[in-house]
Amino acid sequence: MKADKEGVLTGNHFLDGDHACCEGAIAAGCRFVAGYPITPSTEVVERIASRFPLVGGIFIQMEDEIASSIAICGGSWAGKKSMTVTSGPGLSLMMEHIGYAAMTETPCVFVDVQRGGPSTGLPTMPAQADIMQARWGSHGDYEIIALAPNSCQEAFDLTVHAFNLSEKYRVPVLFMLDECVGHMTEKVVIPEADEIEIEPRKMTNKKPGEYLLYETDDSMVPEMVHAGEGYNFHITGLTHDERGYPNLTVDTQAKLVRRLCDKINKNADDIIMYEDFHLDDADTVVIAFGITSRIAQHAVNMARDEGKKVGFIRLQVIWPFPEQIIRELAGGNVKKFVVPELNLGQLVLEVERVVAGQAEVVSVPHAGGTVHNPEDIYEKL
Amino acid sequence: MGKTDTLNKTAEVRTPAENPVDKYLRMDRMPHIWCPGCGIGSTVNCFVRAVEDAMIDIKKLAIVSGIGCTGRVAGYMNLDSFHTTHGRAIPMATGVKLANPEMNVVVYSGDGDLFAIGGNHFIHAARRNLDIKIICVNNFTYGMTGGQVTPTTPQGIIASTMPYGNFEHTFNLPFLAESCGAVYVARWTAAHVKQLTKSMKEMMSKKGFGFIEIFSPCPTLFGRRNKIADGLEHMIQFKDKCKIKKGASAKEATFDPDNEIVLGTFVNTERKTFMESMNDRYEKVFGPKYVRYGEE
Amino acid sequence: METKEKKKRKAKGTVYIKDELCKGCGFCIEFCPLHILAFSEKFNAKGYHPPELIDDDRCSGCDICGMYCPDFAIFGEKFK
Repeated sequence: MKADKEGVLTGNHFLDGDHACCEGAIAAGCRFVAGYPITPSTEVVERIASRFPLVGGIFIQMEDEIASSIAICGGSWAGKKSMTVTSGPGLSLMMEHIGYAAMTETPCVFVDVQRGGPSTGLPTMPAQADIMQARWGSHGDYEIIALAPNSCQEAFDLTVHAFNLSEKYRVPVLFMLDECVGHMTEKVVIPEADEIEIEPRKMTNKKPGEYLLYETDDSMVPEMVHAGEGYNFHITGLTHDERGYPNLTVDTQAKLVRRLCDKINKNADDIIMYEDFHLDDADTVVIAFGITSRIAQHAVNMARDEGKKVGFIRLQVIWPFPEQIIRELAGGNVKKFVVPELNLGQLVLEVERVVAGQAEVVSVPHAGGTVHNPEDIYEKL
Repeated sequence: MGKTDTLNKTAEVRTPAENPVDKYLRMDRMPHIWCPGCGIGSTVNCFVRAVEDAMIDIKKLAIVSGIGCTGRVAGYMNLDSFHTTHGRAIPMATGVKLANPEMNVVVYSGDGDLFAIGGNHFIHAARRNLDIKIICVNNFTYGMTGGQVTPTTPQGIIASTMPYGNFEHTFNLPFLAESCGAVYVARWTAAHVKQLTKSMKEMMSKKGFGFIEIFSPCPTLFGRRNKIADGLEHMIQFKDKCKIKKGASAKEATFDPDNEIVLGTFVNTERKTFMESMNDRYEKVFGPKYVRYGEE
Repeated sequence: METKEKKKRKAKGTVYIKDELCKGCGFCIEFCPLHILAFSEKFNAKGYHPPELIDDDRCSGCDICGMYCPDFAIFGEKFK
């Protein structure tokens, strides 16, 4: 399916990452946004508030992030593609509803423009320290998808993709900019609407009575219905059976929770996105994402100029984690992985887990507030 | 369910009727989890009759509950129904209503869910005059978790977390609702079924933010600790102690178990809803290029 | 049987009871405006005594019992 023309601002623009994210959401067909202002994410909802009235969307500034994060679940079940936008402290408040959206299989997008933490931390300065929270922040076992753009163009492109993944897998998708990407301004090319691929919501053809809310086929993703269509569906955060009714038994729990995880893990190949450079001859590989990937790219270029065999993987999707490529590299010629990130070592833990002692793993941590110097990364290569 | 063989006809031999409420309920989930003598089911009975009397298209009726005993209401209603997280029924309802304005959205939840953990959402939805209806079954306690104190537990009452008697001040819910901007505010008890049904119908037929508080017995966790023998005794107390007052002010709607308790409709007024205000504003700014949202 | 049928014509309505849904709270018995319901001797599967109509003739089918019943176990209906 192609994007709806209404709302797609085709053309060349000079936008910051937050504004580009807003345009991506509109192009993706998002028409319900509930949010609460928080630096450095606020520009996304400010632009939504000004753009929505003329594209048939509805924005509400809720009383807090808790309200915003459940309102988008309601919006999604009532038939609109829905999104909320926040930063670290707000993301912490939204955690319960990320779990709720995962449990109820509600397609929705959580945008997190990351700032320094913990707590109020560095409101106007960058960090990439919400990576583990995005993955593990809500209680219980579940899987989400998380993306991290490293440019304003990607803030547009990957926002569209975030909605597509959320619809395809009926899962909350976290769209994780950092303050740098959110606030820097670059050229953004918005294509024609008919060049933007849109994943339609997987609605059922079955009639009320034949339809079960959480019945699945091999895709492990159930078909959806909306409020007001006469299906009289029931959704609950409680462990539930295929009808959606609470069923608090060991068997139902195992079946449900395993499926929620499997539908992402077993489709990881379809979801994972990264760019790689110079892997063919690399004995050292840098793994980075977001703004840090742009600094890392520079460090890698410096090393290459000196003839060092350094490769580079730039993650666009962080969760699910691209285990396979890293495992293959670790089992091959790569002796060292270098992981710079704007936190004190989060994603590096995942790299260590996957490498499992087959190569050296070097963290290049940073407490946040600014970005690395390329030299800090270069020294480790 | 409701077929001849499951009905015990006690009177004349005739074609037995279906219970008129069955079609609104998920009878495949009965019997429900509520204790003997709990009043929640009575209020649901009244709600179903009110929906029928108000001739609401049930295809376009959604019910949203939070967590707790009353939070289970959504699960028993054969409607598009949302069992949300604790305290968040109102923002969920906000999302449903705004994303599909055709829906009539009712929030059905308890006193702890709506006014302790969910209090912030209540005051803001009322302030916005969002077109949703709130039914609060107030049993003065957290029944599901074992009888803890809530913002409506009367002073002196024993609760599991107030073992020496509650000493906190309580909310006057109708007064709170009115001061935040609700356009319909009433209070009844589970023992006033006729008035409650009529009031629910009245609220359901109105546009804007409506609120009904309903006192209900919790024999298992409130009554047992407070020398009320069972649900029936509590219901009889409601009948005896409550007085229906026409034109009463919400300010009078305090709750002191030792004195007369005022019931009635306190507020029934008109105010622009969130959506009307939004549409009017945008129309003024954008002129004819603005398409009013949610209006055909 | 014939005579009983005729006698019952005086009633304006009746109640229907689903024994298995009853939890014996007694609301219907207490609040029946005509006081013509009582606990029966029988037990349902959960061990409660469901109510029964003790004076068939006088039931008006007002459905007050149905409105009170928290378990959807009883309802009244007027004869048409």
